[in-house]
This record gives sequence, structure tokens and C-alpha cells, in this order.
Amino acid sequence: MSVETTGAPRAFALPLRRKRLGAELPGWIAYALAAPSMILLCLLMLLPIAVMLVMSLTNYRFGDLSYAFIGVENYLDLADDRTFWRALSNTFVYVAIVVPGSVALGLALAVMTTGLRRGRKIYQMIFFLPVTATVVAMATVWKYLLHGTIGPFNLVLQSLGLPAIDFFSDPDLALTGLAIINIWSLAGFNMVLFAAGLTAIPSELYDAAEVDGLSEPLDRFFSVTLPLLGPTTLFVIVTSTITAFKVFDTVAVITRGGPRGSTDVLLYTTYLEGFSYFRMGSAAAMTVVFLAIIMVFALLQTWVLDKKVHY
Amino acid sequence: MMSAGVELDRIEKTYGATTTLRAATLDVKPGEFMTLVGPSGCGKSTLLRIIAGLLPQTSGEVHIDGASIDHLPPRERDIAMVFQSYALYPHMSVAENVATPLKVRRLSRMARLPALGRLLPGQARTRREITDEVRRVADLVEIGPLLERKPAALSGGQRQRVALARAIIRDPRVFLMDEPLSNLDARLRVTMRAEITALHRRLGATFIYVTHDQTEAMTMSSRVAVMMDGTIIQCSTPQGLYEAPEDLRVARFIGSPEINVVASDTVAGWEGGNTRLGQLLQRPLHIAFRPEAVRLSAESAAQTDMLHLSCHIERTERLGHDVLLFLRVLADGAGVTARIPAADFARLDAPGGVLTASLHPADLLAFGPDGKRVALPGLAAATNRGLSHVG
Ligand SMILES: Nc1ncnc2c1ncn2[C@@H]1O[C@H](COP(=O)(O)OP(=O)(O)O)[C@@H](O)[C@H]1O
Ligand SMILES: [Mg+2]
Repeated sequence: MSVETTGAPRAFALPLRRKRLGAELPGWIAYALAAPSMILLCLLMLLPIAVMLVMSLTNYRFGDLSYAFIGVENYLDLADDRTFWRALSNTFVYVAIVVPGSVALGLALAVMTTGLRRGRKIYQMIFFLPVTATVVAMATVWKYLLHGTIGPFNLVLQSLGLPAIDFFSDPDLALTGLAIINIWSLAGFNMVLFAAGLTAIPSELYDAAEVDGLSEPLDRFFSVTLPLLGPTTLFVIVTSTITAFKVFDTVAVITRGGPRGSTDVLLYTTYLEGFSYFRMGSAAAMTVVFLAIIMVFALLQTWVLDKKVHY
Repeated sequence: MMSAGVELDRIEKTYGATTTLRAATLDVKPGEFMTLVGPSGCGKSTLLRIIAGLLPQTSGEVHIDGASIDHLPPRERDIAMVFQSYALYPHMSVAENVATPLKVRRLSRMARLPALGRLLPGQARTRREITDEVRRVADLVEIGPLLERKPAALSGGQRQRVALARAIIRDPRVFLMDEPLSNLDARLRVTMRAEITALHRRLGATFIYVTHDQTEAMTMSSRVAVMMDGTIIQCSTPQGLYEAPEDLRVARFIGSPEINVVASDTVAGWEGGNTRLGQLLQRPLHIAFRPEAVRLSAESAAQTDMLHLSCHIERTERLGHDVLLFLRVLADGAGVTARIPAADFARLDAPGGVLTASLHPADLLAFGPDGKRVALPGLAAATNRGLSHVG
């Protein structure tokens, strides 16, 4: 094609202002353009964490006018603090119940609803509802549902001739009760993630599996669906773990750490430390520990995603 | 290994109100390389999936060696299929991919469990046999060195070979291939074409090969079935399809460049020809002739039977050995494509781009208004000129 003397191309060839498309900008312009977001990033993300790190090295008490640096004393205190260790172990137990439960339930719901010929949307919407509900409000409902004497769950058990289970006043069961609520509210979210992963599996792969003889639903699930959901599953596990780690509101509303400290979890202890006992330095140290744990999971995710489950 | 004949008896497939297949009937002989060719969306994949048992037909029957197989699930049909997207299991190595059909058949479900399954007693021999089979088949399609790789680390051509190996290893009676080469680049496609035909000769199994590429169809198969709008409109040898298309759509689809098609009253106005042709052209017909049937000369030759048209050259395309000339008939403006050897083109002297195209009446194919072939009796039998230009 020649760009010669006809009228129309000439109009394009002489624009009022020349725009440099694809040209490299001088470095300072690039930095100047990036500056606002860099500043915001520092102010909103990095600064609060830095302040907290510093605070964890002080004996600052909420409302005090002065404070002193005490080095890692807060951390050493934590190491000797039985309440802290109990909270930590409670949190891990809680995560160990919630993650498998919500991931397996989410996967099951996703596989079952995507397989539906009709009504898929409506079912997925219903299962997603708990995600949108306010946890505090729903916690109240669950407290009633699982109540030892007036709760419908126990009324059903009793009518079947079974002994009543009082989840929230039994130290052995309270944590499980809270975990059930979290599974209930998390499964719908995981279902949506899994459903998205399922639609990305090419249907020809199922055809190939069928021709190869993998025709039973279980065979298909274990030889095609599950392996191809690998990256999705890992992502779901990590996000569920982080969510479960952050458990706070159900504890605050239903059990307040009780009975006898059996549901005392990391964030709740931190909250009490900072806002009931006003020991900000110590609370900051707990938060640092909390962040470190979350960070390990996040790093684990990127590492495994890069290494293994990528096809 | 036994090869088997496949008969399709009036297969219909409807999706709600839309009909995808209508009375598709085809008889594939044992050991034959049958190609199903047709434009995209004509229902080729649908038909193949019905043969494989992946999709139920609305009506009609599929027989293998005379026995109906419609009640059999895919795994019991003894049919292997190669997919356009290769459909390899991305999480398995090449060796595991190829071994899957055998493992499924020879190992129990427990023994197939990852890691755990190996601990079960009494399957070491079966596993060894499977490994040997995998190695043998891998050598056959030349993927021996790739066995430990994941599909993601393979090129398109290598993936295609893995897919072939996975089909071969089961030693099936029938191979179905759904556009297996369409994702490969042009060069590789030519080599794989030769390899698949060689494979067919070596295995002796029945191949049903689907493609939208008429060149593939014409070069690979013993017979070609042309499919349009959900039905098979002609099934014949490549030569047969080219020389004697029974439908105007077949004539147009097979051969490149496309066959010339002109209305009969236009042809009637052309100079020359014999009286018999004149009579035949009284009816409304589509007259078609291959580009290589057109002979070109600078001066109007006076050969009696031939049709002569004065044309000017609109455009030429050089294809290396041959030259395509896109001509416009001066008298009526009809477009005619001619294909002549480059050497003849060099000798051709067309002052002012005007020359005379000549056609032998015997080279004309006539099709009725419904597109069906109409015999033109009384004209000399078709010559074999230009038939080497298939594709
Ligand atoms: N599940 C389906 N529902 C409705 N129409 C379908 C479905 N699957 C295929 N079709 C239609 O059937 C026709 C044939 O498809 P296909 O067999 O894939 O064609 P080809 O393989 O020849 O390109 C297409 O027009 C397509 O729209
Ligand atoms: Mg197709």
C-alpha cells in the first residue's frame, strides 16, 4: 500500500499535536507518574505495618503519653504466656477443621451444581448466600440453632432419642461448633471458585477419558476433574486457611473465648490484650506473629503455584 | 489385529429444533482409510462422536461388522479416537498418557490409585507388560525420547504423536480422527499426512478421518465422503469425486482453484461447439468446468468442436509450476479461471491482454437447478487431461 497524495491520508499525516506512540518516556516522567500511587501505597499499606512493628518493641499502653523501647521483651513474654499458646493452638485446630471441611464441601457443591442440566444458577446463588450474609447476624442465628436446650438441632436429636449436644457450653465441642459455622459461610465462596475452575476444563478431555475407558463418574472425577482443578484447589486452600486464621467475629459474638478458654483464638486474644487490657505493645507483638503465619501461607502458595501444580 | 467395517444407517441428530445430521449414511469397508470432508459446522464431529458413543443419535443405527453397537458405551466399542485439541491429560507424563487406556483395562481400580496402587501385590507383571507396550508404540510414532515429559513441554506435532500413540496402544478395530492436523503448521501437516497414511498401512485398521481440508482428503484416503448440511452427499474415490462430482456443491468443494460455474444460457452464447451441445443447453443448467480444462491461445483457433471465448486477462497468480489466470469473457462478462503450466504461460502472447480460451464440450459438467448432476449424452467421453492437478 502506498501512502501518497490523496486527500484523506494527508489529513491523518498532519495532526495538530504529535503523539509519541510506543516511544520511551524519560525516567523522571515515569517516576513522577508512579509517585502518587507509590506514596499512597506507603501511607496506607507499609506505614501501618511499620508502626506496628515498632510498637511491638515498646511497652506502650493505650492512652499513655510516653513509652519506652524494651527490645524483644514482648516477644519473650509471649513465649512464656500460656494464654497465648492456648490461643495459638486453638487457632490451628480451628483451621484444621475449617479448611478441609469448607474445601471439600465447596468442591462437592461445585461438581454437583455444574453437573445440573437446569437450575444451576439458582442453586449456586442459594449456596453463595451465606457469603453475603453478615457474620455477626448469622452468628446469632446459629447460636440459637445449636443452643443446648431451645435449639432446633437438639430438639431433632432428642426426638430421635439421641442425647442433646450443647456445642457452645461444652469445652470439647465449642471450637467445632464455631468451625461448622465458618464452613457453612465459606463453602459457597469456595464453590464459586471451583465452579470457575471446572468451566476451564476442556470437554474433549472428558471425551478422551471416556474413550480410554474412564467412564464411571468416580473415575472421571479422579482422573480428570481433580487433577485439572489442582491450581484452583491450591488457591482455595490458601484463601480458606487465611480466612479461617482470621476468625474473630463468631468468637466475639457467641463464646467470647469460653467456655474455659476453649475458643480463645489468636485474633480474639490480641483484641483483648489491646482493647481490654490496653497493652498495645504486647498486642502488636501478637499481630506480628499473626502476620508472619499468614505470610508463610502466602509464600507457600506462590512457591507451590510456580513449582508444581502448573501445567 | 482385526479390522472392522463400519456402517452408518440414516443417522439423524437434532438439538431441539435444529437438525445437525439428516440421514447420514455411509459404508466403511474393513481396513479402509475413509475421509469425511466438509465445511466447518456441517456435522462431521457430531457424526464421529456418535460413532464413538460419546453422543447418542436421535435416530438411525451404527453397525460394526454388521452388529449394532448403539447399546455399547464407548469403552466397549473397540474404537479409538484422536481429537483436534489432542486432549492429553496435562498432569500426566507422556508415558502415563499413552499407558492410560491399557491401565484402565488391565489393572483394577485399586491398583490404579496413584502411589498406593503400586503396593498392591500381583500386578508387577501387568505393569511391566504395559511399560513394554508403551515403549513399542512410542517408537512407532517416534516419541521414545519424550516419554518422561509433560504434554506442556511438547510441540504441537509431538503432542499429536502422543495422541496417536494413546490411540494405537489399545489395538482398536476402528480409529476415529477429528481434524488431527488442523492445529499444526503447514509444513508439519504435510509430513504428518504421510505418516498417518503410513501408519494406516502398517496397522491395517479401519480409519475414519475427519477434515475440512479437501487437500488432506484427496491425498490421504482410499475413499472420501463429502458432507454438507448434515448429510453425506457423495462418497467416492478422490479421482471419482474430482472427475464425476454428483452434486454442484461437491464440484465446488473439491479442487483448487474452484471449478468454473456458468449458467447454460451464457454457454449457449459462446462461439463454436457442436449442435448436440446446442440442444442440451436449451434447459436451464449450471455448466461447470475445471480451470485446467481451459486451453489458451493468442489467436482464435478454428478447431470445429471446441467452444471459443474471447477473454481479457484480469489478474494472474503464479503458483510456481502453474499459473492461474482470472479471465473475463469479452462478450458477456462471465468470469473464467484457467490454470496452465508456467512454461505455456511464458510462450503465450496476448496482445493487449486479450486471448482466446477454448473448451472441449466433453470437459463440461452439467448440474440441474437443484444442484444434482445431469448427464450430457452425446458428447465425447471425458478426457483425462489435467487430473494430476488435484488439490
Ligand atoms: N450441543 C449442541 N447444541 C446445539 N447445536 C449443536 C451442539 N453441538 C453441535 N451443534 C451444532 O451442530 C453443528 C455441527 O457441529 P460439528 O459436528 O461440530 O461440525 P463440524 O465438526 O463439521 O465443524 C453445528 O452447526 C453446531 O452448531
Ligand atoms: Mg469439528
